[in-house]
Amino acid sequence: MATLNINGRDVTVDVPSDMPILWVLRDVVGLTGTKFGCGMALCGACTVQLDGQPIRSCVTPVAAVAGKKITTIEAIGDTPVGKKVQQAWLDLEVVQCGYCQSGQIMSASALVAKNAHPSDAEIDGAMSGNICRCGTYPRIRAAIKQAAKGA
Amino acid sequence: MTTHAVSRRDFVTVLATAGGGLLLGWRAGEPSRAAMTAASAAPPAFVPNAFIRIGSDSRVTMIMNQVEMGQGTYTSMPMLLAEELEVGLDQVQLEHAPPNDTLYANPLFGDQETGGSSSVRSFYEPLRRAGATARTMLVAAAAQTWDVDPTSCRAKRGVVTHPPSGRTLTYGALAEMAATLPVPEKVPLKDPKDFTLIGTPAKRLDAPDKVNGKAQYGIDVRLPGMRIATVAASPVLGGKVAGLDEAKAMAIPGVRQIVNLDDVVAVVADHMWAAKQGLAALAIRWDDGPNGGVSTADVVQGLDTASQQPGAVARTQGNAAAALASAAKKIDAVYQVPFLAHAPLEPMNCTVHVEKDRCEVWTGSQTLTRAQGAAARVTGLPLEQVVVHNHLLGGGFGRRLEYDYVTQAVRIGQQVEGPVKVVWTREEDMQHGFYRPYYYDRMAAGLDAGGTPVAWTHRLVGPAIVARYLPPGFRNGIDPDAVGAAVELLYDIPAIQVEFVRHEEPVLNTTFWRGVGPTHNVFVIESFIDELAAAAKADPVEYRRSLLGKAPRARAVLDLAAKAAGWGQPLPAGRGRGVALLFSGWGSYLAEVAEVEVTKAGELRVHRIVCAVDCGTVINPDTVKAQIEGGVNFGISGALWGEVTLKNGRVEQSNFHNYRVLRMNEAPTIEVHLVRNLEAPGGIGEPGTSITAPALANAIFAATGKRLRTLPVKDQLRSA
Repeated sequence: MATLNINGRDVTVDVPSDMPILWVLRDVVGLTGTKFGCGMALCGACTVQLDGQPIRSCVTPVAAVAGKKITTIEAIGDTPVGKKVQQAWLDLEVVQCGYCQSGQIMSASALVAKNAHPSDAEIDGAMSGNICRCGTYPRIRAAIKQAAKGA
Repeated sequence: MTTHAVSRRDFVTVLATAGGGLLLGWRAGEPSRAAMTAASAAPPAFVPNAFIRIGSDSRVTMIMNQVEMGQGTYTSMPMLLAEELEVGLDQVQLEHAPPNDTLYANPLFGDQETGGSSSVRSFYEPLRRAGATARTMLVAAAAQTWDVDPTSCRAKRGVVTHPPSGRTLTYGALAEMAATLPVPEKVPLKDPKDFTLIGTPAKRLDAPDKVNGKAQYGIDVRLPGMRIATVAASPVLGGKVAGLDEAKAMAIPGVRQIVNLDDVVAVVADHMWAAKQGLAALAIRWDDGPNGGVSTADVVQGLDTASQQPGAVARTQGNAAAALASAAKKIDAVYQVPFLAHAPLEPMNCTVHVEKDRCEVWTGSQTLTRAQGAAARVTGLPLEQVVVHNHLLGGGFGRRLEYDYVTQAVRIGQQVEGPVKVVWTREEDMQHGFYRPYYYDRMAAGLDAGGTPVAWTHRLVGPAIVARYLPPGFRNGIDPDAVGAAVELLYDIPAIQVEFVRHEEPVLNTTFWRGVGPTHNVFVIESFIDELAAAAKADPVEYRRSLLGKAPRARAVLDLAAKAAGWGQPLPAGRGRGVALLFSGWGSYLAEVAEVEVTKAGELRVHRIVCAVDCGTVINPDTVKAQIEGGVNFGISGALWGEVTLKNGRVEQSNFHNYRVLRMNEAPTIEVHLVRNLEAPGGIGEPGTSITAPALANAIFAATGKRLRTLPVKDQLRSA
């Protein structure tokens, strides 16, 4: 048994301690907004925030999150920065297939929360771990700048 | 597959006479039991055709036959309907269509299919007609109610108004009566100058749920009692299981069952983590079968040998052989492009529940009726007892035109009690794809003394995907997709011969990949015309322009891209600009200028892409731009790094560390310039991908003098 704090609520789950939280979220808790893409922290689709830091949930085991707060795409809109990032995504029509966008928004929200004026290089640094096969990168960059402006 | 023709009139009559329950009649055997219950509780509806349902509560539902995989169909298709129905996009709800070729076949292919940049081309008129028919009937119902001439009524935002008397009725209030009226044979469509929605930058209807985690992809399906399985198929096509350690896998907590189907093994578990661990614990040993020794070099050798013989003639004008023989200068080249994986970010997955008399399937598919047919074939059930629920697709790019993952999931589901979601790992997805074929092209051209081309021959060698996928389309030895863009060559050259040599390599499954035939052919054509320009010591834009006297739309986009890109203006050392032009059966004209930098160490950096697009009538201009941006970036990934290789019959790439794709820090600035006119709408999902590799290769040539005739670029510039 393990107790995880997910989106502000304590959830007790009967899972092995080495189980990546991606699968706890998707297959046990039922929060499917966090996506599976590669299983090796190569694509960023599974990005969630752990105490505000973006992490790849596909390689982060249950044992590593004890006592920490997990925030997923389902709740990031409850934070002022997350809400602004989501709105910028809509204003600039970022999404295409949308499958990577949960992870993109979780990485972008963490960036904007700690850096109100990210430069192109800082955006590259924060976002290059998130693959978008539809190639929405130019709009992601623009949306981050817009969200930061309003942050 | 069994279909029987139902005319729209019959269909509407049946629905109308059945009243509120008609919805069930139409949907019988299609939605899940839960959805059917919900439908039976819905208020009486007006269902004038297979695309529109209007409830007496004024709820307007649009049924989406073309699937959404990022290309914006769930906005552009509703725009076509809403324009003529006279409702706002904010007033509509969308529903995935069930599989039904009778109602939803894509006229370009003859079945319900989303691919080939065809949705707007195929449905520009049918969906407008569907909307106009419904609106005409609603207006007629209002006119009858008020006993006035229908031409004195107006419809807007779901309300019919009679301006002389000021009376109004909502579509909901009119739905029941409209359903009893005859369906008009002919309805006038709006003059495009009267469009209020088509051509405007409408917001994507699928976007809000894609930024908050609510969007449901196939992989997100959750059902009561559902197990989760992951699979390992034979790493070599045609191989079989030789042995495995079932006890070790079953010892993993959460593992429930091992399903060994010889060519594939599934581990069924409570969650994906247990399934993955169980699969590893199985330590499967494979009997590779006949393909176990094949490598990429064998494939290339086979293609090279096949290329020595003439192929089926796809286009001929003048006498190319004679013109070549008498030309002042002759240029030959061989071009090659590799196998490519689609690598959509959502790995292949399919959820099934197989019962004795029923099979239910939840997935994301570009070809729903094929998915349904596959499940029917495996189970032996009639189509009516196979229910397929489609979802948003986490990328398609052609991969989800195949239904191998559906067939496989149903085979596994037959062995499992209750519903099971089969999810492929990234490795499984990468190594068991249906790949873009390896193509091998022989080019030759003759120039006159002034450098003008007098002869052009193009012999392309590869498999005939269409012969397998759409057999009626394969005629006289020509795969019309494989020769796409090659036969539409716009350059005014007196003697042209295009040949196709069909050469199947059964060591890997192949299929359509974003950009289909043109993605390979435009690279070859536009690189080769660049070679001719260089041989003629001519400017690449000017050289192309001089050959486009009979193609004014092509010339216009070329001029626009060149001007916007600052063609001819000086660049820093190490940088170069390359141009490419595209025209094909998609009906769109594109010109692109790429600006690249090659460092002394041979590192390539793509700085800027400028693309001019004339796709005729534009439905949603922002979507057109987005599709070009995305298509360009997809094309860069393919051109720079995309390559699936074989060793001992196995795909060597496994995940994004060795199948590299473009990332944020490598993405260039992209500028899209639209030419607006009212020509027939052209396809837009794929051209941006197809035009990008040659623009890059030509820019590399401009920067370094090195001509790349084989993709990907990878480390070919290192030795430069």
